[in-house]
Amino acid sequence: MKDFVIPDDRDMGTPAKTGAPVTLTIDGFPVTVPEGTSVMRAAAEAGIAVPKLCATDSLEAFGSCRLCVVEIEGRRGTPASCTTPVAEGMAVHTQSSKVKKIRKGVMELYVSDHPLDCLTCSANGDCELQDMAGMVGLRDVRYTPGENHYDPSGTGARSQAEARLRLPGGEANPRYIRKDESNPYFTYDPSKCIVCSRCVRACEEVQGTFALTIEGRGFESRVKAGMEGDDFLSSDCVSCGACVQACPTATLQEKSVAEMGTPERSVVTTCAYCGVGCSFKAELNGDELVRMVPWKHGKANRGHSCVKGRFAYGYASHPDRILNPMIRDSIEEPWREVSWEEALDFAADRMRGIQERHGRKSVGVITSSRCTNEETYLVQKLTRAVFGNNNTDTCARVCHSPTGYGLGQTFGTSAGTQDFDSVEKMDVAVVIGANPTDGHPVFASRMKRRLREGAKLIVIDPRRIDLFEGPHVKAAHHLPLRPGTNVAVVTALAHVIVTEGLYDEAFIRERCDWDEFQAYAEFVSDRRHAPESTALLTGVNAQDLRAAARLYATGGNGAIYYGLGVTEHSQGSTTVMGLANLAMLTGNIGREGVGVNPLRGQNNVQGSCDMGSFPHELPGYRHVKGAEVREIFETAWGVEIDPEPGLRIPNMLDAAVDGSFKGLYCQGEDILQSDPDTKHVAAGLAAMDCVIVHDLFLNETANYAHVFLPGSSFLEKNGTFTNAERRINRVRKVMEPRNGYEDWEVTQLLANAMGGGWSYTHPREIMAEIAATTPSFAGVTYELLEEVGSVQWPCNEEHPVGTPLMHVDGFMRGKGRFLFTEYVATDEKTGPRFPLLLTTGRILSQYNVGAQTRRTANSIWHDEDVLEIHPHDAENRGVTDGDWVKLASRSGETALRARITERMSPGVVYTTFHHPGTQANVVTTDFSDWATNCPEYKVTAVQVSPSNGPTDWQEGYEAQAERARRILPAAE
Amino acid sequence: MSPEKMVMMANQIATFFETQPGNDGPEKVAAHINDFWEPRMRAQLLEHVEAGGAGLKPLVVDAVAHIRAPA
Repeated sequence: MKDFVIPDDRDMGTPAKTGAPVTLTIDGFPVTVPEGTSVMRAAAEAGIAVPKLCATDSLEAFGSCRLCVVEIEGRRGTPASCTTPVAEGMAVHTQSSKVKKIRKGVMELYVSDHPLDCLTCSANGDCELQDMAGMVGLRDVRYTPGENHYDPSGTGARSQAEARLRLPGGEANPRYIRKDESNPYFTYDPSKCIVCSRCVRACEEVQGTFALTIEGRGFESRVKAGMEGDDFLSSDCVSCGACVQACPTATLQEKSVAEMGTPERSVVTTCAYCGVGCSFKAELNGDELVRMVPWKHGKANRGHSCVKGRFAYGYASHPDRILNPMIRDSIEEPWREVSWEEALDFAADRMRGIQERHGRKSVGVITSSRCTNEETYLVQKLTRAVFGNNNTDTCARVCHSPTGYGLGQTFGTSAGTQDFDSVEKMDVAVVIGANPTDGHPVFASRMKRRLREGAKLIVIDPRRIDLFEGPHVKAAHHLPLRPGTNVAVVTALAHVIVTEGLYDEAFIRERCDWDEFQAYAEFVSDRRHAPESTALLTGVNAQDLRAAARLYATGGNGAIYYGLGVTEHSQGSTTVMGLANLAMLTGNIGREGVGVNPLRGQNNVQGSCDMGSFPHELPGYRHVKGAEVREIFETAWGVEIDPEPGLRIPNMLDAAVDGSFKGLYCQGEDILQSDPDTKHVAAGLAAMDCVIVHDLFLNETANYAHVFLPGSSFLEKNGTFTNAERRINRVRKVMEPRNGYEDWEVTQLLANAMGGGWSYTHPREIMAEIAATTPSFAGVTYELLEEVGSVQWPCNEEHPVGTPLMHVDGFMRGKGRFLFTEYVATDEKTGPRFPLLLTTGRILSQYNVGAQTRRTANSIWHDEDVLEIHPHDAENRGVTDGDWVKLASRSGETALRARITERMSPGVVYTTFHHPGTQANVVTTDFSDWATNCPEYKVTAVQVSPSNGPTDWQEGYEAQAERARRILPAAE
Repeated sequence: MSPEKMVMMANQIATFFETQPGNDGPEKVAAHINDFWEPRMRAQLLEHVEAGGAGLKPLVVDAVAHIRAPA
């Protein structure tokens, strides 16, 4: 069952250091560790555990509990081993009679203010206080009960059980504070707190939110969330779980553990939310998941997590999950539950029938960036090898397809250039069109840590994102550009770098084509690109822009991090090229701390692109026009491959409306909610004869489906995800699929129902086929992943354990290529009817279309989409905070509540798209990126006006959705 | 797809390549369209040009000679 040996998971007490080797002895055993290492960690390296309470290896040493005292020959006293650095020749004794006595005394004091309820405590079996009491041999507490924090009755009870007997239901101890149960996932029980400050330090050092403090002094000291009167929920706490992870007792405890008991087995796997790709230990009893705990050896997250991955997994067992296949002849009918065989035959007959009537190219697939590499590979193989066309696309179309095109054209491959660890060496971060604290929270925490160490931050975004200013972090520059003017701003940055002579000539001469650069320099030096010339257009102050350009070019290691605010524009690809130009100009590529880093939206956006999901590319980004590439797959699959590019998602929908595209297999994506211009998507889906939805839930797209194939959650299957740093991480099955099949098996069943003749028995065989056909994956095997944990592609003969940094000695394409980036205004323009610009995005607690997170307690933080609007724009329209407003564009209109905030620039409004009731995408238009058709989500001209509630369209939509979700009772 | 949308998409591509150096704009526009446009989209574009090419930028019209006609 557990097919992966977990590496050393011991808590080493203090963080690892790097430095010259130092040799010392611990209890006579010699040990060699890097300079700067604590004595505690050196002892742990030697296999000797020193008792500790306030120390843990995710946090800097604090030295408060005094339990870890040791004796060192030639030194006076009993220093704390956690705060004492090693020295050459040091001789440490961890078990002298003196330190043992001290430790027993310390423990006795701790336990004198701790309830003796161990057997019924939620941390029973997982409590460091309990472990340490055992380790130091505490056998009695000599203090008589006095002032304390744990006994509600104030009667001198030793345990809370006894207190309840003595004073049923009553509280007479003014020092006793009740449990804070406000957070949906964990509780804070002050009566069990030992004030070790681990939670406070985790909130600061690991998460960077600073929501927790120690309130009071001495005996009054308490952990406190937020300000006076706050509880955990109302404080700044983002529910990342770092404090719960750090807490050595039951003070901060997962509610799931309190309810289900301590887990007895664990499996390391990968989170299925965002593109950070955090490693987690799924901890279970039997097949019941008790909790998800961030895995300290995970190379993307280094032991940290966010509220989604850590806590929001309950959707996998939500009653809304559909577990049986269903079919219907038309979308007007209710669903009928049928056997897998009947559903697959129905689907296969329909798809083949469509192809017979309308031609080979009348059907296609949409692969999922939520599913594994292996599943995605099979879905594109289904269309290429079984349907016989290239009509495959993926949700990356609507997020990062411009990254693929832009970085492919300039650097030669579509991928982020760095690993996440690189951020620790970054000196200047340019964050453009991204909101990492909400979209990529664990990476944001790592970045904030570096910013607190003194690195500088430049934010280029219409909104003042949370990263802009927070505890001990303040951006050096904010360039609040008007939506749609990215290219003008990025080109102006290049103008400043070139005209002020801040470019790295040696780098350019060596790594790029010098003649091409000179032509580019001439282009970009033109006055029209000067920040002074573009200020009126972009709304960005020219001096600020110049200062930001100088900082990026001269401030040391400059790293660009970008998100969908860059790509989801009609000039998305051009902006990506512009960012690549900036990195090449300044030589910020090919080493640690620099680079161009797309922050990928979903867990496997990178992987789904790598796996040949795009209609023009076979796996490994190789165009279908290449006969030699087709031949590889023709040989492997025994079929002929169409040399013509297939339809992209928007093209599929257009062709459907035109009547030439009739059948779609859509795996794990909800295009009706996530894609722009909802009415057009609905019209396209409604025009098809066979829509097969393969998902966990009856999503919005399923309202227009004829076949529903139930999917398996990430907990129920084997495979791999590839995160934003190209890291291939294992997804491990921790429980049997509730729907009966892993998703790759469902695709195989469908392929075989259509005569595919596939016979995979495990995803490792699919990976073997990927490796055999795709050079950048040539060295990837499940055996290697078991051995090393994860690898970053390219992984091949040249890079047997992967490639953390790309373009180190040269660009993938040879010479880096400067492309001209001329600003072109989008056709989506404000005017008298639609005077405001709408931009859309997401927030921390909800994920994408919300199909998963809406089915968890995360909704407590965000139970509806709201429209953020600047006070000035609100006042002009007579809108006050919390009012219903109508949001209208030329595409459609919807209604939602307004939130008035100065985060917005005047003239710009913002909303999220997490709730189908709002359907923000009924407002967005079908304009798209010139190169890739990536929709222009980030710019829609809109009007906002007061309203009484949902629009007619919303009410009609809801009624239709309800009708479409009817399921006939199963036949007897 | 609607002719207006098709014309707009083609013009967007031309607009980018108009700004690039060199005299091979038509070839580059055509290469992009050959690489990314599915045959029925290319057929629609070619038919539109045949019918007069209303609304298309001159660079798109110039590119037509290099656009692969769908089989």
